[in-house]
Amino acid sequence: MLDLVWLIPACPLVGFLLLVAVGRRLGDPLAGYLATAMVAASFGVAVTVFAGLVALPSEQRFFLQQLFTWISVGNFGVDVGFLVDPLSMTMVLFITGIATLIHLYAIAYMKGDEKFSKFFLYLNLFVFSMLMLVLGDNLLLTFLGWEGVGACSYFLISFWFTEETNASAGKKAFVTNRVGDWGFMVATFLTFFTVGSIRYADIVVKAPTLAAVTATAIALLLFVAACGKSAQLPLYVWLPDAMAGPTPVSALIHAATMVTAGVYLMVRMSPVLEASYTWAPQTIAWVGGLTALFAATIAIAQNDIKKVLAYSTVSQLGYLFMAIGLGGYAPAIFHTVTHAFFKALLFLAAGSVIHGMHHEQDMRRFGKLYKLLPVTAVTFIIGWLAIAGVPPFAGFWSKDEILAYAWQENKALWAIGLVTALLTAFYMSRQVFLTFFGRYRFGDPSAQELNAAWDAKLAASGVTADEAGSSVAAATEALVLARSKVSEAESVHAAAVSAAGEAQAKADAVSPADVEAATAAVLAAGADPAAKKAAERVLKDLEKLAKDAEKATTAIAKADDALAAARQGVLDAESTLSAADAAAVASREGMAEVTCLAAANRPRSSFGALLSAPDERDVVEFLPHEVEHRRHHHPHESPLMMLLPLVLLAIGALGAGALNLPFVHRLHLLENWLEPSLFGSETHLEVPGAGLVALAAVAVATALVGILAAAAVYLKAKGDRERIEQPILAKGWGVDEAYASFMGGPGRKAFELTARFDQVCIDGAVNGVATLVRQSSAQLRKTQSGYIRSYALGISVGAVLLLGLLLSKAAL
Amino acid sequence: MLAALLASAAASPSFDYLLTALVLVPAAGALVLCLMSAQRPELVRQVAFLVAALTGLLSIALLVKFQQADGDFQFVQSWTWIKDYGIGWKLGVDGISLFLVVLTGVLFPIAILAVLPEHDSKPYYGWLLLLQAASMGVFLALDLFMFFVFFELVLVPMYFLIGKWGHGNRTYAALKFFLYTMFGSAIMLVGMVVLVVLTQRATGGAITFDLRTLANEQALSTQTARAVFCAFALAFAIKVPIFPLHTWLPDAHTEAPTAGSVILAGVMLKLGTYGFLRFGLYLFPEAARWAAPMFLILGVVGILYGSVVATMQKDLKRLVAYSSVAHLGFIVLGSFALNRQGITGAIVQMVNHGLSTGALFLLVGMIYERRHTRMIAELNGLQKAAPLMAAAFTVVMLSSIGVPGLNGFVGEFLILNGTFTAHRWYAVVAALGVILAALYLLWAYQRTFHGTAQSVENERFKDLNFREGGILAVFIVGIVFLGVYPKPMIDRIEPSVGRLIAHIEQKSDTFTAPEVQSGTEVELSGKAGSKEPGKVLAVVILSGKKAGAEELTAALEAAETQADGHGAEGHTEEEK
Repeated sequence: MLDLVWLIPACPLVGFLLLVAVGRRLGDPLAGYLATAMVAASFGVAVTVFAGLVALPSEQRFFLQQLFTWISVGNFGVDVGFLVDPLSMTMVLFITGIATLIHLYAIAYMKGDEKFSKFFLYLNLFVFSMLMLVLGDNLLLTFLGWEGVGACSYFLISFWFTEETNASAGKKAFVTNRVGDWGFMVATFLTFFTVGSIRYADIVVKAPTLAAVTATAIALLLFVAACGKSAQLPLYVWLPDAMAGPTPVSALIHAATMVTAGVYLMVRMSPVLEASYTWAPQTIAWVGGLTALFAATIAIAQNDIKKVLAYSTVSQLGYLFMAIGLGGYAPAIFHTVTHAFFKALLFLAAGSVIHGMHHEQDMRRFGKLYKLLPVTAVTFIIGWLAIAGVPPFAGFWSKDEILAYAWQENKALWAIGLVTALLTAFYMSRQVFLTFFGRYRFGDPSAQELNAAWDAKLAASGVTADEAGSSVAAATEALVLARSKVSEAESVHAAAVSAAGEAQAKADAVSPADVEAATAAVLAAGADPAAKKAAERVLKDLEKLAKDAEKATTAIAKADDALAAARQGVLDAESTLSAADAAAVASREGMAEVTCLAAANRPRSSFGALLSAPDERDVVEFLPHEVEHRRHHHPHESPLMMLLPLVLLAIGALGAGALNLPFVHRLHLLENWLEPSLFGSETHLEVPGAGLVALAAVAVATALVGILAAAAVYLKAKGDRERIEQPILAKGWGVDEAYASFMGGPGRKAFELTARFDQVCIDGAVNGVATLVRQSSAQLRKTQSGYIRSYALGISVGAVLLLGLLLSKAAL
Repeated sequence: MLAALLASAAASPSFDYLLTALVLVPAAGALVLCLMSAQRPELVRQVAFLVAALTGLLSIALLVKFQQADGDFQFVQSWTWIKDYGIGWKLGVDGISLFLVVLTGVLFPIAILAVLPEHDSKPYYGWLLLLQAASMGVFLALDLFMFFVFFELVLVPMYFLIGKWGHGNRTYAALKFFLYTMFGSAIMLVGMVVLVVLTQRATGGAITFDLRTLANEQALSTQTARAVFCAFALAFAIKVPIFPLHTWLPDAHTEAPTAGSVILAGVMLKLGTYGFLRFGLYLFPEAARWAAPMFLILGVVGILYGSVVATMQKDLKRLVAYSSVAHLGFIVLGSFALNRQGITGAIVQMVNHGLSTGALFLLVGMIYERRHTRMIAELNGLQKAAPLMAAAFTVVMLSSIGVPGLNGFVGEFLILNGTFTAHRWYAVVAALGVILAALYLLWAYQRTFHGTAQSVENERFKDLNFREGGILAVFIVGIVFLGVYPKPMIDRIEPSVGRLIAHIEQKSDTFTAPEVQSGTEVELSGKAGSKEPGKVLAVVILSGKKAGAEELTAALEAAETQADGHGAEGHTEEEK
């Protein structure tokens, strides 16, 4: 049965090749089924081989299968060969098992994606590479898998390559990992140089005889490689960005399998680690412990559901390296396996949430989802309890064992591990409470949208102020007009008065006697028509004068009226103006107020929960339409094909602790099973049973404190969230920024200077020589003038010189 | 057809003339083209392709007929040409030159098929065939004078190909290329004459340009040998090119027509590295050892410097050209590690570089044909429109980066591992090149293929057509095959490398090639059957959980004796 081992990587390889050939034609969902079937077949073969291995007595559980020579020159030779032992089979079983579930899940998750078949092609290639990594019987074949998974990770992170950020994240992952690969390569050279072979079988035998300095160098160089692939300080920066890939990829590659490759490598090479100076494993333990703590602090302030899990993965991987550094190889593998279960579960459940939320990843928009996504919620909660270290879930057993090792070997690291456990319980609870409990928040506006609303409100108040301003201007104009009307009326009035005065004076000048005289004259001149006419004219004139006076009087009255009206107009205009003025002042004040409010509220990056504050409530009407749209867009539970893997993984996360139960030696199943692969190099736990119980109690208490604290803050809204979620934590302590600014600043400058040096100095020198040659030959050409006289001159000068030389020789 | 041809070739006794045919067939083809009418470019093209393909088939026949275990020169042909000067038509092939000959045979027909010249196809194909003949001559010559003639002859067609069918700044590039390499060869000629004359004086025999005679009977004083080596080395260093003599390369590569770039990368850049192995190390073992530290340093500098400068290039073709500087740095490093792994790796890397960089130039050429620009800034989001081209580019790029499973890794690893054995710190620093290679290529890929198309031309970018896909498939098959199963290639190269190293060891008293001395442990687990290591391990395990070093050593010894018996059995089984 062991002979079948080659089939384990062959199945996904065949799947990959088939998908290259006919993937597009198969399409959605057949390509997915093909890929899943291939990985499932691989799992089936793995179980068979496992059964064959179990059937052997424990000290004979070792099998090599050599397929063909890969590279062989002189003394150096490596084969494509597989090493089957408990360690590699443990890895193979959980890799193929979890990969099958994730493939299945991905069929539903990636449904409708235009590159559906390509996705599965990469996934199969990844599984193949991962299996080569753990099955390879030598360092170089492991390196083949190591680079293969790196390349697949690159393809899959930048799977949706049209987004610039995804493409950058993929490149970042590859290049950062290459820094680690450098360590791997140099370690391989050094191993060959000192051991004379890079087969694990030889290395294991020869390792105890290695000089401590050599072993230390190899171990630490491999650890550099592990830091890259398993995202440890200071090379962890690619992993959070890697979340740009589709969620099944995050679950499979960036949580369950590939990132544990570093752990596998260190355990595989543990005899070398044992042969090195004691400070080498201690360094590894400290890097692991510090990474665990560091990443856990960052996870607290992340709002993206996948980013929390990414930092959590970095943190959990830190635990693994802490365990390795402390000599606890079996606990490291134990936690690798349980972590693979619960972290894959958490990622897939998160993917289900994201799927249900229409690609929303911000936890501030979730809330109370347990009502809408019940299966997802239950499975996620199982994963949460497992990672938080609540018994009897898997994570409790494995994490507790690492902490027990730390207690035995290094109390400071134990303390760090415990604080990390507290933080882990806290941030995971925060995630669960934000996502599944509290109130529905998927209609809540984001900070950006709130800002936009404030902008809209500001603009609106600005419009009011403008309007008020213009009405003031209009009123002022009207007032001026009214005033000018008054003065006009006044002048009309004055003219009327003076005209009336004149008329009155004229009228007054005519005495009644004159009228009587005129009347008498008319009567008297009755006979004489001419005299009569003259007398009548005089009479008429007199009457006219009287009438004029009368008219003048009425004109005055009229002018008086007009004047009064004009004066009234002025008064009206004045009151309008003052009203407009008041309005303008009010609107200006209003605008200032809004500006103040906006200024006070805008820097906040928090989500719409703050809309309950009275200041902000009136912004609601200004929110963009998307918010309203979202409010009517309800989340939905995922299809069965996604839920099935969730349930199966949840069972794993619930029960995987049984692999390695404490207290009774016989129940240390995994440790006993792995023993032949570790060559007695691991440290054994010697803490007495009571001590273990006490340690476990402390750990459980810590987990509960973390959970309760998170419940207080995120469920009961006690305490200030913003004081916990510090911006510096949200930015990951600014490490990424520092790297970026170095690469974009001095790093880039140095590269540019080198390129410039090449152009100006080196190429410049070449061109300079060419110019020099051309110019000097131009000068020399002048001697070849073609004039006989100058040649003759040359000849005679030469002859004289020659003659002189000969003469002087002769004279001597 | 291929099988039939091979069969007929195998049946005929004419293998004695195979090497001569390899040189003369393309040369004759060039002559035939001269006589043809320029009015029928299609016919000219077909004839040119047929001639180049025939040469390619002959080279494959050579590969098939090559005796893999024999490290000596094979198919040797030796005719006297100018008797008084001991100059002869002497050709031979061994593991060092075999794959370069095959590469020359195969790359030319592909280049002819892949790229159509923009004008004047008759002289274009004529020059190409002449170039193929001359390149074959360089790799096959066993006579110094002949070698020199071919080495110089290569320049002429390339000069015209760049100068006449090249891009923008072609005249400058062609002249620079010509003068620069000419300068080196002139000095080499002086060195060659000095070598031949002084050897004749020392031995008192007839004057000869025969490579093997010169290598075996040469009796120059140490100082003279070093000086003559320097003369050769300068010519080769320019031809490789080694930093800081590399600046002709980016210009020539960038301005050359696509076929020219492919040939430059695939064949002509190997003339220098091949020269170092065949003439530098072989003729002047002591001097090569003396100069090795300098070349190791220049190799490492080339790797890092070429990568850094490549990162900052704005022109895609120039970027690939600078990546060549880095790759050739690896080859120089391996050559001067002076051990089996290093030199074998260098030769493997010569072939790999020809494949991967040749394919990269083809791809860049295809992009240029479509977009009429090579500026990275003007290309974006091409993957959306051209997924097949993106896939091909990715495979070739990963090969160039040195991802295991593809060909580039094999050479790179052997070189670095060999160098580590000989001079570990050089390898440690040179290995940093793997980080930089990923940086410049992935960055360029991201800017060119990823993202969204910013212009209509990029949006409507055409994917590979059938012909282009087929040509690239040939490269990719080679890239994958040599990455997964390089054994057939290495097995043919290694005996000759072994001979070269033995020659160096024999010619310089104090020297033994820096190899890892394999202990019994290697034998123990290695070639013999699969069960022994398990038993050894079982012994180790049984010998105690926390065994000390001494106990384990004892266990090891016990296991050794046990395994010796098994080993013998294993071998007999294998023989059966």
